[in-house]
Amino acid sequence: MKSLLLGNEALAQGSIDAGLSGVYAYPGTPSTEITEYIQKSKLAKELKIHTTWSVNEKTAMEAALGMSYVGKRSMVVMKHVGLNVASDVFMNMAVSGINGGLVVVVADDPSMHSSQNEQDSRFYGKFAMIPTLEPSNQQEAYDLMLYAFDLSEELKLPVLLRMVTRLSHSRAGINVKERHHQNEINLPLDTSRFALLPMNARRQFDLLVNKQGTLIELSEKSEFNKLKLGDQNGIGIIACGIAYNYVMENIGEDESSYSILKVSQYPLPREKVMALYQHCDKILVIEEGYPVVEELLHNYFDENDKIKGKLSGDLPRTGELNPTIVGKILGLKEESVKPIPSVVTPRPPQLCEGCGHTDLFNTINEVVADLENKSVFGDIGCYALGALPPLNTINALIDMGASITMAKGAADAGLENAIAVIGDSTFTHSGMTGLLDAVYENSPITVIISDNSAIAMTGAQESTAVGRLHKICLGIGVQPEHLKTMVPLKKNHGQNVEVLQNELKYKGVSVIISERPCVRLSREQKKEIKAKIESLN
Amino acid sequence: MKTNIILSGVGGQGILTIAAVLDTAALSENLFIKQSEVHGMSQRGGAVQSHVRISDKEIFSDLIPEGKADLILSVEPMELLRYLPFLKEDGWLVTDSEPFVNTNNYPDKNDLFDQIKKHPNNIIINATEIAKSIGNSKAANMVLLGAASATLPLSEESLLAAITELFQHKSERITNLNREAFFEGKKVAEDFTNLATKK
Repeated sequence: MKSLLLGNEALAQGSIDAGLSGVYAYPGTPSTEITEYIQKSKLAKELKIHTTWSVNEKTAMEAALGMSYVGKRSMVVMKHVGLNVASDVFMNMAVSGINGGLVVVVADDPSMHSSQNEQDSRFYGKFAMIPTLEPSNQQEAYDLMLYAFDLSEELKLPVLLRMVTRLSHSRAGINVKERHHQNEINLPLDTSRFALLPMNARRQFDLLVNKQGTLIELSEKSEFNKLKLGDQNGIGIIACGIAYNYVMENIGEDESSYSILKVSQYPLPREKVMALYQHCDKILVIEEGYPVVEELLHNYFDENDKIKGKLSGDLPRTGELNPTIVGKILGLKEESVKPIPSVVTPRPPQLCEGCGHTDLFNTINEVVADLENKSVFGDIGCYALGALPPLNTINALIDMGASITMAKGAADAGLENAIAVIGDSTFTHSGMTGLLDAVYENSPITVIISDNSAIAMTGAQESTAVGRLHKICLGIGVQPEHLKTMVPLKKNHGQNVEVLQNELKYKGVSVIISERPCVRLSREQKKEIKAKIESLN
Repeated sequence: MKTNIILSGVGGQGILTIAAVLDTAALSENLFIKQSEVHGMSQRGGAVQSHVRISDKEIFSDLIPEGKADLILSVEPMELLRYLPFLKEDGWLVTDSEPFVNTNNYPDKNDLFDQIKKHPNNIIINATEIAKSIGNSKAANMVLLGAASATLPLSEESLLAAITELFQHKSERITNLNREAFFEGKKVAEDFTNLATKK
């Protein structure tokens, strides 16, 4: 019987079956289940596959590169904005090349179900000049993983595999294949390509540029890029990744009459695109995310009005695609649709009942109510919901770690009451370096680390901060008398207000650690965390 | 044969368990299945839905097109109405009558019921109460699955086998309570629909 797997799980199983030796990742919706699946896999345990979470996406990618350097197959997994954090090593390992197969899995979040932007990782693939794969369904997510590792070793380049939320979080039956053996340690013969001094880097960059022709040839003959020229030569469809499913859903049994180029491997197979272009009067580009392919087509051809898609305004420029939108652009019959009754009201997400963040926000709200010249800089995690009613505590929310550094910049500019609110795991991910900036100048900011001992938003994964926050803050140079602790409970509200008031009066760096475990943690998890804290202190 | 089902509710109400029963039953009948779900931020007390598609042929889209759902099965009445644009002309609406109120502008529940009753094929039952009466308030989702079972393309045997498969690791008692919840839901729905036709 087929196994019923999420797109993310299919991909994870594919990586195990491709002979993976290690996965490195930081949790982030919609990518989290990939690593979790391997962590739970008995087979992965037997094969001693490394699965422990990393501190952030950059450290994860560098560790994956280290594993690849010694010749083993490694994978690094993140959400789209995580690739911004890892982009330094991402761009440079395209130049150095890899040794053991290395696949970078990035899950984009069109429609921003759980994200701050809709950035399209295919741009990064093009930017780094490496092959980029984009599965159209769960089975292909599995199959592409096996292919990606072979491709990576063949080209000696990292391969980018782009997922999108809908595919990551949708299940289907999967057929699995025979498992590939794990690689043995096999150090690179020439290590100079990994030492990117200018003279080596120039040579390597030339090599990368010269490989581009090969990359296009491979896309041309890839079994994952299929061109079918049908009887109809009016509209030619280019369907990328999951968009192919929305096209097929709509044309169903009329398939043979349509001309379709399915794209799941980039760089774009140029000859196939040309063939479709010559066969058809009009080209419809259907792609999830940014108009990456549509823009390329505008570069290829002069008759720009022949190309339809997001840039031409035929498809919505923002938000994710769905079968209804694609049906409309294909000009197919529309169903009569009932409206949502006006009695229905929105139900936005909110903090869980009994969540410690809520008590913390109540404390902050009481303190800042009496202050002028104030702002609360928030960060990424469950507590971001503190920017919404009824709490309305947080004023700014940009990226992992920005709370501390934005507060510092605002304080530099003269803001008297600059408060940063950051979670424990976000602090170790990207807050520590910013705190050192603030300590270095003794900037007048008050940093509250809302420590719930978990990476809560993505499902309460283990946080690298557990048991280490005090020592980290002292080590960075926070003055012991301005490193405070509070427990955000109703009964402590009065004394917590006082602590925050006092630290705001201090015109230097204060850190308040607000400690209360996430209500979503199980009793066993809480016990483990307690034991860990005791063993570390 | 292709059946499109939307499951809806509020994060944490157990719609993914209903989805898991449908998936397991469909696979055991060698059918194709696609089932999308919501992870991440919305799970925190927000509106969540799952699209479940079951067919004897390959399924392409993970999402159901608007106007193509045969059934919207909701564990909460307002969340049922949120997905009305997906309902087929002759599709079924099945919901728990018990509101989950976590916003300060939640509508009057009778206004919700009025909207639901505008559609001829509806089943509104107090699944929460039924589940409580058999001694497992968490089994409201299985009560609703039982209530909707007559509209599904899956046999009762495979649905029950799936319930057993999914709950047996907990305990025999919990497995039986969930099976009982399924039967209670089925029975109440039969009474409800008979009543509706008589009227």
